[in-house]
Amino acid sequence: MAIRALLALLLFLSSSHFSFSIYEDQVGLMDWHQHYIGKVKHAVFHTQKTGRKRVLVSTEENVLASLDLRHGEIFWRHVLGTNDVINGLDIALGKYVITLSSDGSILRAWNLPDGQMVWESFLPGSKASKSILNIPKNLKADRDDLILVFGNGCLHAVSSIDGEILWKKDFAGESIDVQHLIQSPHDDIIYVAGFSGSSKVFVHQFKAKNGDLLKHNDAELPCGTFGELLSVSYDMLVILDDIRSKIVTINIKEGDINYNQKYISELIGDSSGQAIILPSKLPGIFALNLDSHVILLKLTNEGELVVVDKINNVAAISDALSISEGRHAFAFVQHGDSKVHYNVKDVNANDLNGDFVKESVVIDNQRGHIQKIFINNYVRTDRSQGFRALMVMEDHSLILVQQGEIVWSREDGLAAVVDVIASELPVEKDGVSVAKVEQNLFEWLKGHVLKLKGTLMIASPEDLAAIQAMRLKSSEKSKMTRDHNGFRKLLIVLTRAGKVLALHTGDGHVVWSVLLRNLRKSEACDHPVGINIYQWQVPHHHALDENPSVLVVGQCGSSLAGPVVLSFIDAYRGMELNALSLSHTIAQVIPLPYTDSKEQRLHLIIDADQKAHLYPRTPEAVEILQQGFSNVYWYSVEVDNGIIRGHALKSNCIGEVVDEYCFVFRNLWSVVFPSESEKIIATVTRKSNEVVHTQAKVMADQDVMYKYISSNLLFVANVAPKASGEIGTATPEEAWLVVYIIDTVTGRILHRMTHQCCQGPVHAVFSENWVVYHYFNLRAHRYEMSVVEVYDQSRADNKDVWKLILGKHNLTSPVSSYSRPEVIAKSQSYFFTHSVKAMEVTSTVKGITSQQLLIGTIGDQVLALDKRYLDPRRTLNPSQAEKEEGIIPLTDSLPIISQSYITHSIKVEGLRRIMTVPAKLESTSLVFAYGVDLFFTRIAPSRTYDSLTEDFSYALLLITIVALVAAIFVTWVLSERKELQEKWR
Amino acid sequence: MHSKRLLLALFLQLCFSIFFSSFAHATGSAEGYPISGRVKIPSLGTKEFGLPGKVSNVKVILNGGQRVTFLRPDGYFSFHNVTAGTHLIEVAAIGYFFSPVRVDVSARNPGKIHAALTENRRGLSEFVLEPLRDEIYYEIREPFSVMSIVKSPMGLMMGFMLLVVFVMPKLMENMDPEEMRRAQEEMRNQGVPSLASLLPGAGGGSSS
Repeated sequence: MAIRALLALLLFLSSSHFSFSIYEDQVGLMDWHQHYIGKVKHAVFHTQKTGRKRVLVSTEENVLASLDLRHGEIFWRHVLGTNDVINGLDIALGKYVITLSSDGSILRAWNLPDGQMVWESFLPGSKASKSILNIPKNLKADRDDLILVFGNGCLHAVSSIDGEILWKKDFAGESIDVQHLIQSPHDDIIYVAGFSGSSKVFVHQFKAKNGDLLKHNDAELPCGTFGELLSVSYDMLVILDDIRSKIVTINIKEGDINYNQKYISELIGDSSGQAIILPSKLPGIFALNLDSHVILLKLTNEGELVVVDKINNVAAISDALSISEGRHAFAFVQHGDSKVHYNVKDVNANDLNGDFVKESVVIDNQRGHIQKIFINNYVRTDRSQGFRALMVMEDHSLILVQQGEIVWSREDGLAAVVDVIASELPVEKDGVSVAKVEQNLFEWLKGHVLKLKGTLMIASPEDLAAIQAMRLKSSEKSKMTRDHNGFRKLLIVLTRAGKVLALHTGDGHVVWSVLLRNLRKSEACDHPVGINIYQWQVPHHHALDENPSVLVVGQCGSSLAGPVVLSFIDAYRGMELNALSLSHTIAQVIPLPYTDSKEQRLHLIIDADQKAHLYPRTPEAVEILQQGFSNVYWYSVEVDNGIIRGHALKSNCIGEVVDEYCFVFRNLWSVVFPSESEKIIATVTRKSNEVVHTQAKVMADQDVMYKYISSNLLFVANVAPKASGEIGTATPEEAWLVVYIIDTVTGRILHRMTHQCCQGPVHAVFSENWVVYHYFNLRAHRYEMSVVEVYDQSRADNKDVWKLILGKHNLTSPVSSYSRPEVIAKSQSYFFTHSVKAMEVTSTVKGITSQQLLIGTIGDQVLALDKRYLDPRRTLNPSQAEKEEGIIPLTDSLPIISQSYITHSIKVEGLRRIMTVPAKLESTSLVFAYGVDLFFTRIAPSRTYDSLTEDFSYALLLITIVALVAAIFVTWVLSERKELQEKWR
Repeated sequence: MHSKRLLLALFLQLCFSIFFSSFAHATGSAEGYPISGRVKIPSLGTKEFGLPGKVSNVKVILNGGQRVTFLRPDGYFSFHNVTAGTHLIEVAAIGYFFSPVRVDVSARNPGKIHAALTENRRGLSEFVLEPLRDEIYYEIREPFSVMSIVKSPMGLMMGFMLLVVFVMPKLMENMDPEEMRRAQEEMRNQGVPSLASLLPGAGGGSSS
């Protein structure tokens, strides 16, 4: 009885917390968080004599950040909304960072030291146009420094102190295309230059103070134009003509327009290539790209064009940098054999021989070509000019080069992760030697004594610091071998730049990285995109000596017609094993449940011409496929037409060329949704590798429900076409959400349900026999989450014990997807507070552990919510038996317990997806969340019941045992003595 | 010049809305109306765990991510050009729990805005958003106490042992000596090894 009571007490103690929660000093023990910014678009240096040196950048992920120029760390950072693309970046008044975003309609000022937004100004306009941000030097109106913005067909002059619009000029009425805002250096006059039509140049002159139109002029050019106007100096513009054979220089002095034309062939002799004017802003000169050469042309004061220099293999040219009165420098980079050469030259020198800097630097060739370069100068100790260059690479990484060395680099391609899979690490070959353990025994004991001191709260602050440091950098975490618990894995990540990186789950360091050849821009393909990454080969039975490999599927261009590119990568070494450029297109990739003798998984690639292509292309693979030929089913979703079709393989392709790896398929079924009332917005299936531990669910009243578990279920969410937009565009009456659960083998609709007054966006997860989905209820104006659980009714009569004993049950009969079992679906809905960005469910290796939903909220945090809160059997007053089973009383909204945020007090900025991987330890699931930032942790939804927690005190256990043994001896001696005394008496 | 006047009018109205706690009216163009409000976070920078509390990290989100804006130093924010209809505004601030706000922008009564918290259906007379509660993301480590040791498995083990050592003999004492002797006899017959015989060497001789 006592033991039972004790056990009950123990159980009570261990189950008192069922939510995931950690102590503050446990941050960083099993999680890591990496900050990124994305591919840099604009960069502005801020390097005054006093204060910290920093560079301000804006990126393609809509991030505005201030980086430390010494180490490349982020001082502060803001992630703007997804529609809020940054168009321009500059510094005003020496203390504000000015950004222009949302196509030139939002102007914001941020405080330079800490990133606090100071003011925000909305610049209304009516016509989409180019957006230009121009902060003129020393231009004042009523003591205010002006900011000139052109956007949405309007020119605004904004005060830089408080963002007030001082004056505004609307160009929307005139059909013109403004290309430049130029400030005259002599007087407070602003020139607005551009085109109306393709060949008419116009120039408007404004008074900066109040926006009065001083002069207005236009002139017809003798030819059409190509590309954009480039302003070479305050009164000179250049452009190419429409056949790209002539350079037209336009002089806009005093508001009059004069033009000159010059054939390119007259300047540099005959050439075959097409010329392009590069957009680098260099005073007095401009760069022309022709036949992979860059020709620098100088515009003399008389309006003559002079060739200054001709440079080969230029990767990028920077804008000019003013280094002293009247002197400007610019930089360009060339790719050498193994090195990158960068030169900084004086713009004003006549022959450009006077180099400021000519240096070479070795840059890892997995970073690809240099795409952009920004330069900044500093005064060296010997008073000469030094330059630092910020380079944006092809893989989106950022490098700072100074004095021929890389000062720092940032792997910012990881801000745009496209797809992730987890891969195992190699098995440890030789066991740890005994000597090593003995050597470390003292250290080990010392560590534990320190820990014990920590638990007993008698540790000094130094001890505490030592404990924390010891816990954080335990070498065990980042070992390159597989561990017993399966916590150490490789996360293989495909980025938008076409780079594949392997991250170690222990501490997040990059193990290897490879820039894929056929995902790089080339002559064959102008804009390749990586789509997905799949496990290609996971050797465990037959081919143990081979390394696992992954398959990266990409496409040329983002349209359906682009041909496929495949890459096979060794997951241990990061080598590209094979790369294929295929002739067919890609609509879908289906990993089949078959592997060949080398453990390569068979994949079917479905193309846009209704053909299926088998990979790997070996006769063996065809043979394996033939065996399971009639069991391959898949479905396709046509969102535009509102049709879902089921397919099966039919026969080999019939054509002129015999291709035994090509198959045609037939349509088995189709579900057509009425297009006037329903529009598909989300489809979700179960994860193919999910494990279900038990098929039956025992109810409180000893009743049994059988889960309907089929891997061929598809969840579809449809909304009313009128309500398919954002919240706020539809009224409750015209909105509804219809959800379906469809069997993808037979096309049978198992369940259909309509939610009136509800709309998307829908986020859903499908696991075991349940679906949870998140949507917006317009009537209550709150978000809701619903759960649907599907149970198999046809097996319900199996629960008779006598039938089981007499063997008259059908539990062992094979389950076929063709059968039409009777199913029932149970459903319940709850309110949920936040908008959701991503949703996922924890997965464990055997599926025994209870599940948790991982919800990425709008605040870029990840919340773990126990599945027990989403149980259709919840009632207002559960009976005693139901309570014992773990049913929580029904509430109208789901609780948000702040301790169950697995991201605790950090944000995964720009969160896009959450991924879970089972660890080898049944209780634990690994979670990887990514967006602009990366976050990894491991969670135990039902606590770590199968292992001791990390903060388990071995020392306390040892001391207890020692104390017990000592007590045994003492009591034994005492009893001996007592016995002796008894005998003497 | 017109826009300047407009801005002035807007500013004045904003002031009015603050001083007389009337509601934020706003004048708008033909397509949309501005929504302006304020986020008020009490006792900035006095949080225990230091990290949150900076206004610069607070985001205000319209309609689940359609638009995102940031706070000015005084806590004000605004969305421009919002169409008439019912919208949702959320505040994302680490360390605080904000209720989403339902905002009705009236089309009939241009620019009239009505706001209500969706969590507790409370209407807002003034568009000032305050956190409903603070969020504490970490378990608080309980200070060391004797109870925590006693409650741990090892503590329970020790407790049980002590119980056996000190309480059991007391129970034995209360037993009838006659019965006790009989029980001991029985035990000896069954040959239960005594503690002494288990310990080699030292205890081996004395027990026999």
